[in-house]
Parts: sequence; C-alpha cells; structure tokens
Amino acid sequence: MKKIVLVFILCAALTQVHAQDSTMLTANLEDKVTAEKVTGTFKSTRVINAHSTEMLHKGELDFRIMHRFGVFRNGFKDLFGLDYASMRMSFDYGITNNLMVGVGRSTILKDLDAFVKVRILQQTKGEKAMPLSLLVATGYIVTTQESFAPVKPTFGDRSSYYVQLIAGRKFSPRFSMQLSPLLVHNNSTLNPTDDKTIFGLGGGARLKVSKRIALMVDYHHAIGELDKAITNPLSVGVDIETGGHVFQLHFSNATGMNEKGYLTQTTGDFFKGNIRFGFNLSRIFNVGRKRKAS
Amino acid sequence: MIQNVIISFLLCALSLTGIAQKKIFTKTGIITFYSKTTVEKIEAKNLKALAVIDIENNKIEFSVLIKGFEFEKALMQEHFNENYLESDKYPKATFKGSFDEAPVLISAAQDKIHTLKISGSLTLHGVTKPVKTVAVVTVKNKKIRATCDFIILLSDYSIKIPAVVANDISKTIQIKINIPSFQEMK
Repeated sequence: MKKIVLVFILCAALTQVHAQDSTMLTANLEDKVTAEKVTGTFKSTRVINAHSTEMLHKGELDFRIMHRFGVFRNGFKDLFGLDYASMRMSFDYGITNNLMVGVGRSTILKDLDAFVKVRILQQTKGEKAMPLSLLVATGYIVTTQESFAPVKPTFGDRSSYYVQLIAGRKFSPRFSMQLSPLLVHNNSTLNPTDDKTIFGLGGGARLKVSKRIALMVDYHHAIGELDKAITNPLSVGVDIETGGHVFQLHFSNATGMNEKGYLTQTTGDFFKGNIRFGFNLSRIFNVGRKRKAS
Repeated sequence: MIQNVIISFLLCALSLTGIAQKKIFTKTGIITFYSKTTVEKIEAKNLKALAVIDIENNKIEFSVLIKGFEFEKALMQEHFNENYLESDKYPKATFKGSFDEAPVLISAAQDKIHTLKISGSLTLHGVTKPVKTVAVVTVKNKKIRATCDFIILLSDYSIKIPAVVANDISKTIQIKINIPSFQEMK
C-alpha cells in the first residue's frame, strides 16, 4: 500500500516538473536564431557626404536633393550664406538588397557622377554573429563645365575616379560608427606638383537622440600633396526621418557633394569659422516589383 | 519488488504521455495585421507564429517574433521594427489565455466545428492588456485548423504615431490569426 502511495507521489511530482519547465508553453518550440540581420545602422545611404553602411532595398528609388550654402559668418548680408546655394541632385536605385547604383549632377563645376555600391558583409547578431558590415563603393566623376584654359582639357583630363571601403558597426540601437577609407584619383590637378591620387581616411558616426532624430558626424583626412588652400572636410548635423523622407541638416566646411569634390576641393577650415549650412533631402519611392512575402 | 518498480515506471511514463497527448501546437501559425486609412493600406504577415493549446488544463498560448513580420515595403518593415515596435527591446509578442467555457473537447478523432470564446492577455511592446475574442476551431479528416481575429488600439500598447504620419497609420489595428494545422504534442 505504502509503495503505491509512493508511486503516485512520484508520478505527481514528475508531472509537476513537466508542467513547470517554463513559464511559457511555447518556449519549448522556439528555434534558436543563429544569425539575425542588424538593420538601421544609419538612417540614410549617406552619413552626410560619405557613403554609409546602409543600402537601398531591392526596387527602391532614392531621389536626393542636396544643398550647400555660402559661409555662415557673413551674417545677414548674405542671409547667413543662403544667397549662395550649390546643389547636387541624384537618383539612386537598389538593384538587389546588396547592390545599388546611382547617378548625380552637381552645380559646382557641372560635375556628373555615377557609382556602384556593393555590400560584401552584413552585420548580424546571434550565435553566428558577424561583428560588422563591409561595403565597397566605386564611382566616376566628370567635370562638364567649359574651360577657358589656352589648351582645352580633354575628356580624360576632366575625369576623376574613386573607390571607397566602408566598414561599419551598429554598437547599440543608438550608436553606430564606420571607417571609410577613400581613394580618389584626379586626372588633372590644380598645381603640377599636386598628387593625382589622394588617400582619405574617413570616418562617420551616428548617435540617436530620439526614435527619429540622430546626431551625425562625417570627417575625411586627406593624405597626399594638395594645394595649400585645400582643407579636410568635416560635417556635423542632424538626421530627421519621417516615413519615406530623411532630412539631413548640417554644418560643414565642404561644398563638394561628390567624393572628388569633398576630399580634394574643400577650402576653408571648419574651426576658423568657414562653416556653411547644408541639407540633404532623401525621398524613397518603391518602383520595383512588389516584394513577395516569403 | 522488481515488478513493483516496473509498474511504477510504467505508471510514471503513462502520466507523462497522458498529459502530452492533450496538448496541441503549431510552429507555422499565420498572423496578419492590417492598418487601413484613406491614404495608406499597411499589411504585414508572420508565418512563424508559435501556439500551444493545453486542452486538459484550458490554457492557450501564442508567441511571435516581431522581426518575423514581413511587409511589402522593406523600408516600412525597418521603421516598424526600429521606431514603432522597438523589436530590439521587445522582441516578442505573446498571448496567454483560456477558453471561457471549459472543458472544451477538441479531438482530432472527431470532425466538428467549435466556436469558442477566448479571454486572455496580450503582451506587445512591453505592455500587457486584456483581449477577448472568438475562435473557430475546425476538425476535419483528423486535421485541426483554427482562425480568429480581433482589433487592438495602438495607444493601449504605447505605440506612438508622430503627427506627420498620423493620416497614414490607423489608430486601430485588425489582427487575423490563421492556423492551418495543429499537431499533437508528443
């Protein structure tokens, strides 16, 4: 009799254990996520001037309007620089989630530019985490403004090329950082002694202050022989995102809005008051075929 | 003595399996939600909802990963995770509830359409609120299917909509649950 009682107690205890192994019944069914994509490292495909670790998704068309104004310090006389606007307009398109292309035109020197950007590594988290995202962007820029030099520059002379490697990581939901070394080759230079190939050590970061607002910084340090008037481009600003729009408002010493422009044609030191207001406006349209829910 | 030990082990084994057979589950539940306004129609689908119904103890549980919701527009999906549901902070939505009229006699062996009232609590975006709904559980040819839908208020779950997109996102969200096939838990 005692034994039977014992058996029943044992059975009851076992069923108890069985029922209490988790507070959620569904916990037993969960699959382990080994590698989950980390998204939203930056709000936009550009930190400010530089390419960011963000890509357009497949079928997205990004229409960007960028403005850089005159120097702020002239005050009301030039309406804080707003009298002198230069602009770049561009269309970027996501061919796949890991490949995008873009074309743009700047008012400065009537530059035309085109680029291809590829994602090689995607940051993930989980058991098989990838600590960073790695991308490469390469582009071509041609100056189409008429030259009044005695010997007209050829098409080749007007051309520039660049390649940029972007290694970035979202450290926390608020903080992201990237290193973006940049190599720019100009076929013609201002002075004969200047280097045609300039290396730029680039870096950018974002700090989210709210769900839709982030503080941004973007800097490139040029290494190579350039004209004395050329300085390193530094930009600081805020990103404001509202649905399909991203507004990037910033202060910068650079007026160039393509890689050749900001790395090798920036004049004026940021810390000596050569600061200009500027903004990038990005509007994303879904033009590709509708995504199928897999 | 040995006989006794064997019997007791058998009994224990029986008591375990006995309970297990009265639970049904799925790993492929479909949860869809809809936000309809005159400006924009938003729809997202998750095909990997987990659900367990413990028939004997009258318990219903659902668990779904927020990141598993797929939108037609990838950017919308990103904003859903980053700005609205904050899925890094609150990765899951869960439901815990029970049938109002117990015991229910859902059995794969018996073809029947059950219409069952359910009450419980839904945890979403870190907020838990009571939810009431009616589910239809259909048993046909040893296959158990279930559907159910209900409406939630975004403000109940402290999901804030900024003024600039107030016309694009509905304040009430319709949620549809469809479980194509339950399995018996072994």
